[in-house]
Amino acid sequence: MTEPTIYELSSTGRVGVEYPLPDVPLTDFPVELLREDLPLPELSEVDVVRHFTHLSSLNYCIDTGLYPLGSCTMKYNPKINEETARLPGFAHTHPLQPAETVQVNLALMFELQEFLKEISGFAGVCLEPAAGAQGEMVGVMIIRAYHRSRGDSKRVKMLIPDSAHGTNPASSAMSGFEVVPVPSDASGNVDLAALKAICDDTVAGLMLTNPNTLGLFDENVLEVIKTVHAAGGLVYGDGANLNALLGIARPGDLGFDLMHFNLHKTFSTPHGGGGPGSGPVGVTKKLIDFLPTPVVAVIEEGSEELPPLYGFTTPKQTIGRVKSFYGQFGMIVRAFTYIRMQGPDGLKKVSQYAVLNANYLLSRLQGAYVLPYKRRCMHEFVLEGCWADAPEVHAMDVAKRLMDYKFHPPTNYFPLIVHEALMIEPTETESMQTLDLFADAMLKIAEEAHTHPELLKSAPHDTPISRLDEVKAAKDLVLCCWIPEDN
Amino acid sequence: MKIQPTLKYTNSDEWVAVEGKTATLGVSDYAQDQLSDVVFVEVSANVGDIIKKNSAVATVESVKAASDVISPVSGKVIAVNEVLSTTPEQVNSDPFGAAWLLKVELSDPAELDNLMDAEAYEKYCADRSH
Repeated sequence: MTEPTIYELSSTGRVGVEYPLPDVPLTDFPVELLREDLPLPELSEVDVVRHFTHLSSLNYCIDTGLYPLGSCTMKYNPKINEETARLPGFAHTHPLQPAETVQVNLALMFELQEFLKEISGFAGVCLEPAAGAQGEMVGVMIIRAYHRSRGDSKRVKMLIPDSAHGTNPASSAMSGFEVVPVPSDASGNVDLAALKAICDDTVAGLMLTNPNTLGLFDENVLEVIKTVHAAGGLVYGDGANLNALLGIARPGDLGFDLMHFNLHKTFSTPHGGGGPGSGPVGVTKKLIDFLPTPVVAVIEEGSEELPPLYGFTTPKQTIGRVKSFYGQFGMIVRAFTYIRMQGPDGLKKVSQYAVLNANYLLSRLQGAYVLPYKRRCMHEFVLEGCWADAPEVHAMDVAKRLMDYKFHPPTNYFPLIVHEALMIEPTETESMQTLDLFADAMLKIAEEAHTHPELLKSAPHDTPISRLDEVKAAKDLVLCCWIPEDN
Repeated sequence: MKIQPTLKYTNSDEWVAVEGKTATLGVSDYAQDQLSDVVFVEVSANVGDIIKKNSAVATVESVKAASDVISPVSGKVIAVNEVLSTTPEQVNSDPFGAAWLLKVELSDPAELDNLMDAEAYEKYCADRSH
């Protein structure tokens, strides 16, 4: 099946709208403004609407099916979030309005800061960072600012476990730190002995994801944090996997010094193409003064008759502004709505069901797939997408074959410490029926890998476009929307 | 999987060929197989640079992952393979030959003693495969 492009559908002279005859004299279009090299398509309104509506129906999204991308927490995004974000009082406000005229917006931001503090056990939160990776970078910059403020200039190393998200070393390197990998032990925890050997007075901090990207809660987390603290370093929490901990364990209580939240993962705001993301940062008391500006605060306490006056404040030793205005306000409204809809008990259930769903899937799939770290998982788990007795089949082939079974593939080839990794995170929003359909498909594929490997190697078969040439896609970029004719 | 019998190997899958005081570095056949199709190679070290043991000297990126190439030796860079930036697929087709990454004039040849010989490396690779 080949989809025509909008350019191929073009028909010379066809237009979408007929303009009335002008009531002024006509004049020729200036020749110097005409471009021969701009082949704009010519179509009617119905051509355009049908073309794009049809393309959108080929898309796979969380509203059409399970989206088990590990570490991405692709949970269903409740539609009430969209209702509240579109309330005229929120949707029609402008970021340049004086704070006194948008008090409800500020009150909501303040409340979300308070909710995130309570959920994480931190003392201060800034909502500004645009998404998870920027939240991380803000965290790393706060760590740098903290050591500098104490005149401690020899701390140049950032420790990163080998199971970490790639953004951790990227944020550290961009902030001028030397990235030092920390190996995992045989159980998938941080290798304590290796950590102790690295920790000295040149360590600025450790970036820890807990549960980690293997979906495992680090059994030595308290000892890990103690070790880094004893060396004078800070411990950063990558909040990507917070969906496993809501109402159960608080990173601040575990000893983390700071972390970012992914509102677009844990708190159900749209993700991927439906974004933008949002990556607030939470810190302990001793780091509050370094938070980015602005932070929403109560400027004047309220009384029985008057509500409090909210305003923007700048922390004393702030690392500065990291984004225009006040963060992704539309996402802040959605995350606030989600938290209020769930309530404390609901949030705890979110994590309990996220962990239960992942363990249910794991129990159905292990045996047919190799589970490299044989432990009960948290909200996600990692399998190997390869078999010793089916040597030609790779994780990529399993992922492509899943598309024929109408499922979005899981995360592939990450974390790097697992051979041919398939990283699966079902989230709490999937029913047992959906989980069973997915498990059935995965089991069937494991069987096909042995009986009909060619079915996997040539998959997908039932999608509008068959397997893409990923090497060509990575090497031969064509960054324009049509191929010039002389190419 | 191919192993070149005359080379020395690291536990991060680089190979080293030694000729007098000159060491040539590349990534092993096992490494290219794990990476799958290589789409980008950048040697970050320049001719004349003094590099230290365990420093990252190149990046090899495939459709699966991007990996740093770590030098197991210290010394002065005397040549880098410029061709790989336009033909990165040579890492897959000829990892021990055309896809050499850089040549280093060794400042401490004793560093070579820590590396594996072909036999030890073959066992090391076999232990990691299923």
